[in-house]
Amino acid sequence: MLKTLKNLQNLTVITGHFGSGKTNFAVNLAKAARQDGRDVTLIDMDIVNPYFRAADNRAELEALGVRCILPDFANTSVDIPSLPPEIFSAFEAYETETDRLTIFDVGGDNGAVALGMYNRFFAQYPYDLLYVINRYRPLTEEPADCAALLGEIEYYSRLKTTGIVNCSNLGAETTAEDVSSTIGWAKDVAERCSLPLLCTAALRELAGELETVPDLFPIENATKFPF
Amino acid sequence: MSKKVLMKGNEAIAEAAIKSGCLHFFGYPITPQTEISEYMAKRMPKVGGLCLQAESEISAINMIMGAAASGSRCLTSSSSPGISLKSEGISYIVGCDLPCVIVNVQRGGPGLGSIQPSQQDYYQATKANGHGDEHVIVLAPNSVQEMAQLTSEAFDLADIYRMPAMILADGSLGQMMEPVDFELGSKREIPEKTWATNGTYGKRKKNIINSLYMDPNELEKSVLARFERYAEVTDKEVKYEEYKCDDADIVIVAYGITSRIAKTAISAARAKGIKVGLLRPITLWPYPKKPLRALADTAKHFLVVEMNMGQMVDDVKVATECKKPVSFFGRTGGVIPAPAEILAEIEKIAGGLN
Repeated sequence: MLKTLKNLQNLTVITGHFGSGKTNFAVNLAKAARQDGRDVTLIDMDIVNPYFRAADNRAELEALGVRCILPDFANTSVDIPSLPPEIFSAFEAYETETDRLTIFDVGGDNGAVALGMYNRFFAQYPYDLLYVINRYRPLTEEPADCAALLGEIEYYSRLKTTGIVNCSNLGAETTAEDVSSTIGWAKDVAERCSLPLLCTAALRELAGELETVPDLFPIENATKFPF
Repeated sequence: MSKKVLMKGNEAIAEAAIKSGCLHFFGYPITPQTEISEYMAKRMPKVGGLCLQAESEISAINMIMGAAASGSRCLTSSSSPGISLKSEGISYIVGCDLPCVIVNVQRGGPGLGSIQPSQQDYYQATKANGHGDEHVIVLAPNSVQEMAQLTSEAFDLADIYRMPAMILADGSLGQMMEPVDFELGSKREIPEKTWATNGTYGKRKKNIINSLYMDPNELEKSVLARFERYAEVTDKEVKYEEYKCDDADIVIVAYGITSRIAKTAISAARAKGIKVGLLRPITLWPYPKKPLRALADTAKHFLVVEMNMGQMVDDVKVATECKKPVSFFGRTGGVIPAPAEILAEIEKIAGGLN
């Protein structure tokens, strides 16, 4: 497990601009933490996207021993963003189980409003809130816009961000150069937000060409296309 | 650093519209296309345009009629049930000979159906978007890049032929993310809109835009004139992709996301020594009849694959003049066919080809 991600708080929330790569990062973080021996729960709290979501990876994650909590109607015929009461279990007996990692995969932008109802718990316990950024997503290409969106997400979630994750990618077409050329940009965003740049996530097959990238977190593509 | 950006299909449509000079968006939210409205709400104020959430789909399409009449490039979008609501307005827009772009990011039907992707509105889009003798140009993208590119082309086609153009996509194309290069947009010459009701400034006779004719003979004349334009569109604007058809015994006919799934099945079939190709209509109206007729001389069997109950089958039979058998495989109601299912159909057909 990457050093900068090893000691994430038991409650770790993943937010960002929608389409930045949050779900891909969350699924890969869940797998890596599980392999690291942590007792991992992944909560799909995306109330924004109708499909292509963490729930698509359920079977694979559960086979690895990751517990998945999904919205009641994920991947059904209806668009009802209701969240199951099971989510409250993430906050139960918090202090007794220190090897737990509960990952909240939150929907993009104002999808962070879904975190509001759990605010009383986040006010009690330490947490990490990671802000996922992608240089290739329109509307957040400029570091200033990217930093401004962070303010919006903090407003909706009523939580404070603790770290930045650079997930800059162009989907299946991403080259190593596409990733390495975003490091300066990601550092700029982190500086503007006065937050640490925790890691740069990139597809595992590109890792060999990205040895000079600091804190590289190799990931697998978790998005399931129909073709 | 790549000049491409990573976008959802829905966002790519919205950005391509803005880059094409669209200044008016009227819509009403419905999954799986709401990102178009959301993107427009963020971007339109920055480019001096207007994004308005109407009180209904019916209202939105009639706002389009007004904006189009003024000569503005305008866009509305919805998903299947919402398009049904727009059909009266679409017919009026056709009757007024107004250009506009309409997006249908299809979902499962009939009725409220499902939010999952489908292609069940093929008949509606290609045969009868509204009442009266009418057509709209129908473009079927199969990637996020094409969502952008064909939106750009739709604006040009609509203006050149003074008629609505429709992007017929589906939920999976609307929601999936792929890289897009916006420099590949359409750059055709657009005739001046001398018919627009944009103010005479005392310098010309006033323009009247209307779909009501007091004399049936006048109405007939207007329909005939429109059908002359339809003939020109049919002649000049057909678009399609042929993939591995040269030696193909079996030709799959599929559009949109289904064509991508079919390609995966074709690679698997070819690995097993079965010669399969793909004819992908990019314009669903006008329909690529000529290339299909030509393939009827070389191929032994056609297989139509769609996410509906076989709505395109008759078009393939007509285009190929029933010279070769036409089979169908599809899933419907929001279910996406898997490459393995299509491969099984290919193998079944290949088994019968001596």
